[in-house]
Amino acid sequence: MAKTFEVRLSGSGGQGLILAGIILAKAAVLENRKVTQTQSYGPESRGGYSHADVIISDKEIYFPEATNINCLLALTQEACDKFLFDLCENGILIIDTTFVKNLAMVAENTYEIPFTEIAQEKLGSPISTNIMALAFLVKITGIVKESSLKKAIEETVKPAFVDLNLKAMQIGFELAKK
Amino acid sequence: MANIPQRIVHEYLRHDKKFPHVWCAGCSNGIVLGAIIRAVASLNIDRNDIVMVSGIGCSSRMPVYVDFNTLHTLHGRSIAFATGVKLHKPHLKVIVVTGDGDCAAIGGNHLIHAARRNIDLKVVMINNNIYGMTGGQCSPTTPHNAYATTAPYGNIEPDFDICNLAMGAGATFVARTTAFHVQEMQSMIKEALQHPGFSLIEVVSACPVIYGRLNKKGGAAQMLKDFRDNSLPLAAVEKLPPEKVEGKIIRGILRKEIRPEFTAEYAALCKRVQTERGE
Amino acid sequence: MTEKEISKQTKHKTPSDKASLAAKPESKLEEIQAKHERKTILMQGNEAVAYGALDAGVNFFAGYPITPSTEIAEILAAELPKRNGVFVQMEDELASICTIIGASLAGAKALTATSGPGFSLMQEGIGFAKITETPCVVVDVQRVGPSTGMPTSPAQGDMMQSKWGSHGDSPAIVLYPDSVKESYELTIRAVNLSEKYRTCVILLLDEVIAHMREAVCLPDIANVKIINRIKPTVPPQWYKHYDENQKYLSPLASFGEGYRFHVTGLTHDSHGFPTNKPGEAAEMMERLRKKISYNIRDLVQIESYQMEDAKIAIFAAGISSRAAKAAIASARAEGIKVGLLRPLTIWPFPDDAVRKMLRNVDTVIVPELNQGQLIHEVERLTKGKSDGGLIPINKVSSELITPNEILNKIKEVC
Repeated sequence: MAKTFEVRLSGSGGQGLILAGIILAKAAVLENRKVTQTQSYGPESRGGYSHADVIISDKEIYFPEATNINCLLALTQEACDKFLFDLCENGILIIDTTFVKNLAMVAENTYEIPFTEIAQEKLGSPISTNIMALAFLVKITGIVKESSLKKAIEETVKPAFVDLNLKAMQIGFELAKK
Repeated sequence: MANIPQRIVHEYLRHDKKFPHVWCAGCSNGIVLGAIIRAVASLNIDRNDIVMVSGIGCSSRMPVYVDFNTLHTLHGRSIAFATGVKLHKPHLKVIVVTGDGDCAAIGGNHLIHAARRNIDLKVVMINNNIYGMTGGQCSPTTPHNAYATTAPYGNIEPDFDICNLAMGAGATFVARTTAFHVQEMQSMIKEALQHPGFSLIEVVSACPVIYGRLNKKGGAAQMLKDFRDNSLPLAAVEKLPPEKVEGKIIRGILRKEIRPEFTAEYAALCKRVQTERGE
Repeated sequence: MTEKEISKQTKHKTPSDKASLAAKPESKLEEIQAKHERKTILMQGNEAVAYGALDAGVNFFAGYPITPSTEIAEILAAELPKRNGVFVQMEDELASICTIIGASLAGAKALTATSGPGFSLMQEGIGFAKITETPCVVVDVQRVGPSTGMPTSPAQGDMMQSKWGSHGDSPAIVLYPDSVKESYELTIRAVNLSEKYRTCVILLLDEVIAHMREAVCLPDIANVKIINRIKPTVPPQWYKHYDENQKYLSPLASFGEGYRFHVTGLTHDSHGFPTNKPGEAAEMMERLRKKISYNIRDLVQIESYQMEDAKIAIFAAGISSRAAKAAIASARAEGIKVGLLRPLTIWPFPDDAVRKMLRNVDTVIVPELNQGQLIHEVERLTKGKSDGGLIPINKVSSELITPNEILNKIKEVC
């Protein structure tokens, strides 16, 4: 694993990307790593653009925005188009094929998963797509331990939603095994 | 000797420091100051527990002369400053002295929200219908067709009924009197000081040097006589036909009701939050 | 010297008034620390400001919602009632600043938080706090301006406004953190300085730091140094509201304590009563100036990073200094001798440290998320250095200045 790992979780407002970023950052804190989590979003609570950056490192992190993305998660076409070219060499691209239909560039390590469809199908709602995709990302990249992610989810989401999100996490892990 | 009104007033003034005052001969501000002091004295309130707050304008110069805790603030903001004092030390009696421009134009937003909160401030609004300190410009209470330096052809705007505004916003004690009716003014202030909630007293007052001259109102004495002749007590108004009430200054306690007071509500909130945490 | 390494600032002396602090109901901060056994936790910049305020003893907040500062108000709305502090949401920012000044005069430690448009509205009140020497703290989480600008995007455009925003001469104390942890530390310092110097202290935050989350380990509350205003010891008849003693810091009574003093925004004498006498007016203005300028060493904090052998210096605050540090790491890897001078206090300006920097380097790069503000202060001190020696990097597009942009500039000049 690289000493510093930069993740960008991108999509639109309401998809829970900032929450996913916070959970990933908390998981890193549980492992005593250095971490920064930043975000950029429009004025809309739902819709519009949104992305969360998480940088995890063993040394001091100076600049908190991802400039050389090691892993990009794109849940919308717009986000994918916007950030694809910021992916570093050999960077990992994870797209939600429910919404991302075209790729402007072929990245070497691309994972195409219909996260939203799967969430709708298996959990009855797209609400936990963020956690499912995050779990997938964690399993593929290995940036934090699965157990740390689980603990961070339990600490962060509202008690009533813990079970649902842990289920989504499990689905995400299993998708990554395939 | 102490019950002689002049002596009482003298006792409460910072006479060794800050006189002569800035007010013109014939100004009503001194009458209001006297009434406030006598009301405070009659209730035996410790002067250390009184904070007098004002904004900017002729009437807002009042605090400097009186031996309370005194705070002379920014134009329009007296009620906001007073809110801070009262919320941090709710046991203090906070009296706000303000004018028609200070209170109803630049400070109008603070007036309505303090009234809505029903925070226990005593606002004495001295309404002389004009900006006196800056030389006679039109204010929100300058009557329609009256003259001001910024209304040289007569004021085309309607004027504000500030008591109605305060009542609409939720003030729980609202009264109006004039500078002529000194006893009434004093008893209204006294009653307001005992009322647990936002209180507004409008004192219709005389600015003979500026408003009076611009509008040919005669001298100070004539203006006070006009207040006597052109005002009606609330009790009388109810018995008169509308045409006899038209154009008159209606005096009296226009509203007095009890509604939860803001600092008390806040204290209750703290207690509730702390109790829930304790369980 | 005015230079202090950042690490020194976290070493606090044992406060003398610890007992009164411990008597208060436990804060959420303590809960967090207990829950995580004082382990490092993930915290947002705005959260750090709110907890810093609570730990500094702030017991009064009046504010008005505005992005990107709102989390500070939301946290204090939940926390202050637990400890008998006051939270009140006002009708606007004009009221917010005036209400905290009123509360402070009644004895509260008072703070408000806002952003550009609200900060503009507060300027008259800030001037009032300064002329009446009333302690209070204003947190300005900067966003892109002018006017409504871009509410959720970062800018560093209020640097000059924080000094000159209110009319007339009014010396300012303005602090500028670069991280979540430092947001906590400088909030406490802002409250302490406001109490010590009896003035409105401003904390400028970058939007990106206010909303950023970082792993932070906050200090044990017992190790937090608290400064409270000096109370008068003389009987009321001897009390002067603006009494000069050492270094122009004078005791401050509160309303309701028997002192019955007068406070006015008019130019006043040492008792607080209005004056038109030129001598007394000049004396008052000198007081305001000297209490800052005579205490520069206490007020100014800077971080000097890899400056020992630097031939190129970057002068930057807040988020731009973090981009600079990343650029310095890359440049140093290529053997370029470059360092950073970072002001934690932007006003008063760290003249001595900047002069020293200018003596030792050939080139100074000043990256700022504005069209050029702090660079003019550096320029003021260059005295004859050629134009080539001072290089701006400016951006007001809602995006940050990136490490690469600074690195490219470094390579251009070396």
